[in-house]
Amino acid sequence: MRAWKSMLSAVVASASIGVALAGVLPDPVRQAELTHLVLHDCGSCHGMTLKGGLGGPLLPANLDHYSSEDVATFILDGIPGKPMPPWRGQLSTQDALWIAEQLKKGFAQ
Amino acid sequence: MMKHLLGIVLLATSCIAAAAAERRGTGDLGIVVERAVGAVQIIDTTQRRVLSRVTGLGDLSHASAVFSRDGRHAFVFGRDGGLSKIDLLTGSLVKRIVQAGNSIGGAISDDGRLVAVSNYKPGGVRFFDSESLEPVADIPAAYGVDNELSKVVGLVDAPGRRFLFTLYDAGEIWMAHYPSGGVPKITKFAHVGELPYDALITGDGRHYVAGLFGEDGLAHIDLWADKPVVRRILDHYGRGEEKLPVYKMPHLEGWARAGDRMFLPAVGRHELLVIDATTFAEIGRVAVHGQPIFAIARPDGRQVWVNFAHPLNDTIQVIDTQNLEIIHEFTPGKAALHMEFTPRGENVWISVRDADRVDIYDTQTFERLETLPMDKPSGIFFTARANRIGL
Ligand code: HEC
Repeated sequence: MRAWKSMLSAVVASASIGVALAGVLPDPVRQAELTHLVLHDCGSCHGMTLKGGLGGPLLPANLDHYSSEDVATFILDGIPGKPMPPWRGQLSTQDALWIAEQLKKGFAQ
Repeated sequence: MMKHLLGIVLLATSCIAAAAAERRGTGDLGIVVERAVGAVQIIDTTQRRVLSRVTGLGDLSHASAVFSRDGRHAFVFGRDGGLSKIDLLTGSLVKRIVQAGNSIGGAISDDGRLVAVSNYKPGGVRFFDSESLEPVADIPAAYGVDNELSKVVGLVDAPGRRFLFTLYDAGEIWMAHYPSGGVPKITKFAHVGELPYDALITGDGRHYVAGLFGEDGLAHIDLWADKPVVRRILDHYGRGEEKLPVYKMPHLEGWARAGDRMFLPAVGRHELLVIDATTFAEIGRVAVHGQPIFAIARPDGRQVWVNFAHPLNDTIQVIDTQNLEIIHEFTPGKAALHMEFTPRGENVWISVRDADRVDIYDTQTFERLETLPMDKPSGIFFTARANRIGL
């Protein structure tokens, strides 16, 4: 457990550089799609209310110590050796950043 | 005078019975989980319709259910640790308790007296009296030198008031034997492999098999052995091949047995594995549409129906178990997540979550027979499960 947390911070440190801070927000239609994806598809591992399942909880208190870019990097690249899959290819950087910000704020249910 | 009185008594009692429950069997009943609104619909597979709806069941994402041995009650396990006992005949909630913070599934003992729930938080298994839902035992899944609690997955019942379950974080399988009137005795199998994420027991109660996320192969225990041990099966499968990202963990529960063959979803691949049901050696693979989630055999074993992970979850494929060919493919709609066969397999019910529908198909003609509107339906469970080991 401890080993992967420290590995994780290494991954985050190196990879977050790869997330360009794009100012473009997903449009409202896309936002609705992403909300649905988070609650149902992320929810299948993190719980539909994001209080945790096989993957840990994704509530603001759990993500406080990460920046939005860190969280977006987890989403885009996944967590090697853990069941958290990389969503790059299905989610753009903007999508991931938007999700990350919503998660950190507390996802609108 | 006497006769007259009797008549009145009979009339009065039958009125009470009719008010409490229609006089009917439950062999063709079942439930459909409406995950987002915390409700279940009680359905009738003969009439193909909804009988009633029970609400107030909490967070039902990833909910599952088992049935009392008389097929009258369903025990529904919610994500939020809720355990609800539902009366299918009266369409009512008998009792609901919240027994943990975060739970994943449950099982019922062969004698029907114990309901067991596997929890993520606090990691472990808790047992309840099936009549009263009063707690009767608690097994924390403590492991390692620090006694950390592991998330528990793959909880099933086995003959002889036994339960088997798997510790995700610890990589262990535990067997609890809970004699009537005694306390649970635990047998532990350590080092079964990295990140076991789900498990199943075969319908004869003989083989317990856990899927491993962190390694190739599966962990297998033959419970009929004099001294059961864990061995690795299919350990060569996938070695050296690049895995695809896994967007939804496959379920092993519906593991399909068809005669002397078994079909199971390959993790992170667009394949079903076909294995020999006695030696557990791989005998083939079937290339399918996406990453399989459920591969379920029609009760006669002639067909296996497969659904898929996001983003290919709008499609279902049907495989002929004799020639391994895909004989039918169709798209019920987005998020076709769960399938349940009627007891003899002439129909299959499919929940199409994002379309808010449950569709009923004929498994011979593949024709759609009926569509029932439901709110984000997920799991479908029919009372025939009451009579099957491990379900
Ligand atoms: C197949 C299961 C699965 C799916 C689907 C999934 N995750 Fe995860 N996720 C995990 C696991 C497992 C972890 C590691 C948690 C642990 O072991 O503590 C994780 C970790 C994370 C983390 C790091 C959290 C932390 O506390 O370190 C974030 C953020 C995250 N997931 C977001 C998402 C989002 C957003 C989605 C949907 C786009 C998603 N996940 C879909 C399984 C999943």
